[in-house]
Amino acid sequence: MENNRRNFLKFAGVTVLGLGSLSLLDGLTSDDVIASAGQTSAEEIYKKGANALTAKRWGMVVDTRIITAAICRKMENACHQTHNVPDHANKRHEIKWIWDTEYKHAFPEKTDLFLAERFEHLPIPVFCNHCANPPCVQACPTQATFQRADGLVLMDFHRCIGCRFCMAACPYGSRSFNFRDPREAIKNENPEFPTRMKGVVEKCNFCAERLAVGKEPACVEASDGALIFGDLEDPQSEIRKLLKENYAIRRKQNLGTNPSVYYIV
Amino acid sequence: MNDKPKIIIGLAIFVAVFTFPIWYNRGAAAPAPEVKLSEKAKAAKQCVRDTDYMRKEHMQLLDGWRDRTVRDAMRVYEVNGKEYVASLSNTCMDCHSNKADFCDKCHNYVSVDPYCWNCHTYPKEEKK
Repeated sequence: MENNRRNFLKFAGVTVLGLGSLSLLDGLTSDDVIASAGQTSAEEIYKKGANALTAKRWGMVVDTRIITAAICRKMENACHQTHNVPDHANKRHEIKWIWDTEYKHAFPEKTDLFLAERFEHLPIPVFCNHCANPPCVQACPTQATFQRADGLVLMDFHRCIGCRFCMAACPYGSRSFNFRDPREAIKNENPEFPTRMKGVVEKCNFCAERLAVGKEPACVEASDGALIFGDLEDPQSEIRKLLKENYAIRRKQNLGTNPSVYYIV
Repeated sequence: MNDKPKIIIGLAIFVAVFTFPIWYNRGAAAPAPEVKLSEKAKAAKQCVRDTDYMRKEHMQLLDGWRDRTVRDAMRVYEVNGKEYVASLSNTCMDCHSNKADFCDKCHNYVSVDPYCWNCHTYPKEEKK
């Protein structure tokens, strides 16, 4: 056969047609596809639990008039036990969801030379502020940290690649990085909550998993009334009433992150 | 074409080496694993979906559970009128409490290493 363009194109055309119809035939005759198509059709619905607490924007009020060091310890233990937060001996590997610090560190721009004596060594509980305008979410390249419709700023550990941009972006130091496998340092594992793995960032989640079953956050339960949790957008909520009657401040408000945690002073 | 014998010998060696894994393992294929059901799973008879679907598609199902739970706060999965809490550790592993005999058996056979267990916990088993 003469080798010319005309013959080549004919041959190529027939080949493509033949290969294409082959896969078509294959798809039509395959029992596998037909059989499994019938079985996989099931009505799937995802929904919230019946008892789930919902809000437009979750927020927290910390009443510093009630706070004591003992309450801080109690809240910390409750939180870290619930969420399998490891307790590494080495301070440089420390993981913190809630901890306490002094007023001058929590509110560096609101401190003064002659500060009220009460605030000099008062422990201020601090945790993720679940900002309305969260810089960590903007910094995350994989959308592993995201803002939910109800205002919670959460971590999707499945997506975290451990780049730590969020830690650099967070002005409150609310995030910790797992430099080591956390499982080594968890004493009493809570089987109902996952642990994390080496190489992901973690932080307070406002107990999203407890809200889903109608419970308040673990720290609020352990706080003896020092922490009050509720809906910031609902004028009738307990926290809005508290904020109406008391003077409250927020951490580093001048940065424009719009935190959801208020401190009554 | 004076090198014909050399080329043929070379080709024969190449084919022999290249197909070595095939003929070396001939007849020695590991039998397909039989998963063991825990007592609770046996009693329940039916998983969240039918067995065939669970065998083929459980990873897609779990992916759906994961994304809807973590990102959308939709933690309840309803299928054919039945509700389940979409949780690997608390729902799946509650019935299938024998990870070594259930999950690992097939995963090892097909040589997949899902990283679920790096974070998610499973019931402690008495004998390893």
